[in-house]
Amino acid sequence: MNSRIDQLFINLKKDKQFAVIPFIPINWPGTDDTISIVETALSAGADAIELGIPFSDPLADGATNQLAYQEALKNGSKVDNLFKIVDKLRTRNVKKPLIAFSYFNPIYRYGIEKFMINAEVSGLDAIIIVDLPPEESIDFSQLAKKHKMHQIFLLAPNSNEKRIESVIKLASGFLYCVSVAGTTGVRDNFSTGLETFVNKIKTKTDIPIIIGFGISKKEHIKFIKKIADGAVVGSAFVETIRNSNNENQRDMKISEFIHNLVEVD
Amino acid sequence: MRNLFPDNEGHFGEFGGKFVPETLMPALDELEDIFRLAINDNNFTEELDHLLTSYVGRPTPLTFAKNLTKKLGFKIYLKREDLCHTGAHKINAAIAQGLLVKKMGKSRVVAETGAGQHGVATATACALLGIDAVIYMGAKDYDRQKINVARMRLLGATVIKVDSGSQTLKDAINEAIRDWVTNVSTTHYLIGSVVGPHPYPEIVRSFQSIIGKEVKDQIMIEEKKMPDIVIACVGGGSNAMGIFHSFIDEENTKLIGIEAAGEGLNKKHAATLSVGTTGILHGMKSLVLQNSDGQIQEAHSISAGLDYPGVGPEHAWLKSIKRAEYYSVTNEVALMGVKLLSESEGIIPALETAHAVGYLPELTNVLNEQSVLVLNVSGRGDKDMDIISEKLNFFST
Repeated sequence: MNSRIDQLFINLKKDKQFAVIPFIPINWPGTDDTISIVETALSAGADAIELGIPFSDPLADGATNQLAYQEALKNGSKVDNLFKIVDKLRTRNVKKPLIAFSYFNPIYRYGIEKFMINAEVSGLDAIIIVDLPPEESIDFSQLAKKHKMHQIFLLAPNSNEKRIESVIKLASGFLYCVSVAGTTGVRDNFSTGLETFVNKIKTKTDIPIIIGFGISKKEHIKFIKKIADGAVVGSAFVETIRNSNNENQRDMKISEFIHNLVEVD
Repeated sequence: MRNLFPDNEGHFGEFGGKFVPETLMPALDELEDIFRLAINDNNFTEELDHLLTSYVGRPTPLTFAKNLTKKLGFKIYLKREDLCHTGAHKINAAIAQGLLVKKMGKSRVVAETGAGQHGVATATACALLGIDAVIYMGAKDYDRQKINVARMRLLGATVIKVDSGSQTLKDAINEAIRDWVTNVSTTHYLIGSVVGPHPYPEIVRSFQSIIGKEVKDQIMIEEKKMPDIVIACVGGGSNAMGIFHSFIDEENTKLIGIEAAGEGLNKKHAATLSVGTTGILHGMKSLVLQNSDGQIQEAHSISAGLDYPGVGPEHAWLKSIKRAEYYSVTNEVALMGVKLLSESEGIIPALETAHAVGYLPELTNVLNEQSVLVLNVSGRGDKDMDIISEKLNFFST
């Protein structure tokens, strides 16, 4: 049987479609807001959701996500809450892929095996750890495999041939290609070499390629749609939620935001 | 044997390694290649040696602390890193990394600073070598080390005040790394301590290990034997690794590191080796101060240079194999240490160093008059005069 993630890309390929994946830290803006945000985004057409585990020292993130993490931690966010949220979403019949995004320390401290067991039981599909390169993830990768969790690796435009090859060997689910050298956060332009870089990866593997970091608007999606299989929209989505005054307005803004990106052709 | 650490991936036992976003991996590989070429290249080592003697003022003296020796009942020698240009050991690694930057063909460095000593050392090296310097400093440290902010600016560096997180050293490091990730093709991250992802802990140790090498020669002339104890303060751990490293294989020399117990170990402190747990911070696996959810906790010390919730992975390893011992002293004991060294030897130590000085009276029971101890005076206390004056009530009416 194909995993939810494999199935997503099979379906998208058939319909010549493209994955839009919003990112949101769990337990933010309010402790109990995540379920509603995820469901609104999915019904507006998002293809999967990336759920961020808040961390005190998120050095790959820009100011927008860092502030959201800090607020989520004040709300009492913990790793266990991720599983409660995923479990609840599955109980409420959410069938699209749910992907965790984290720094390594909260998971290391939680216990890697315990994390994988709970991830599998709750119905999480994949995990991205931004500061765990292949060199350091031998034990982690084995446990992920054992518990049927896709471990998503990152590549950056400055990754050399050797690194691309070694990451592709371990890749599962999809490859997360960072659009620019830099942190997460809204920006206007992408690295000029992005297209060349993605094409280079494509000559080596058929695994789907998702682009992330800095993607905020229609024009970005238009460009990425030509070269890759999907995009993660993080800080811009977080900002949209931050700029909402109440829950109704938030739902409206989320729907509008996702529609706008999904309808790009 | 133990000098062969770290392994090829930068591990000291279970500690160390490279835990960074993919964008930084090529930069770390490049840095490691350049570093290995440089230390085997006579032109590089000659240029570095020349700068260390003619500019930094090396070798620094080993001073016999006659009065303190009399007071405490064992022989105390002081390794005078406070006499380095800019007033602390930090310049040793800053100059050397500056030369690496030139070799890599980069034109800009970013650095973090806590007490400001590493920022000043970086700004100094960059002024000398013609490199642009951007120094990140936590807002709290910025306020308590104003003189060093002024020194950095005078030296031509851009100083950026960091308002995020706990506004101290760890947040300055986060911001420096963010800048580095964004500008990695032109920029080198000039790390000031034996922390961060491999190869930094090895590079900084390597450039600071000149301290211990000099001590070995100097103490042989004075005492005709190796010291019984080598003692240093530990924040990130660069001055301690610098003096420890040459002695790791000297089985009869005890290595002691002193951390900041701040207001006490049951209150706010920075005693990472004493009470920290294994975790991943700033690209390395080491001991860190964290809560049960893996969130990094704020450290606290009267000394900005020790105010860090992590520690170099090699220290975590030396502790785990019981080759070095680590203890901690409070803010109050450190202040007593400042007074002790100033009054008995005429040397005003930095508040960081004062932690090691403050621990010395603890050793009176285990040492005798034949015992030889070397203390690393990592820096001078001028930068701390505001806080020392306040705490010791020099101007109270």
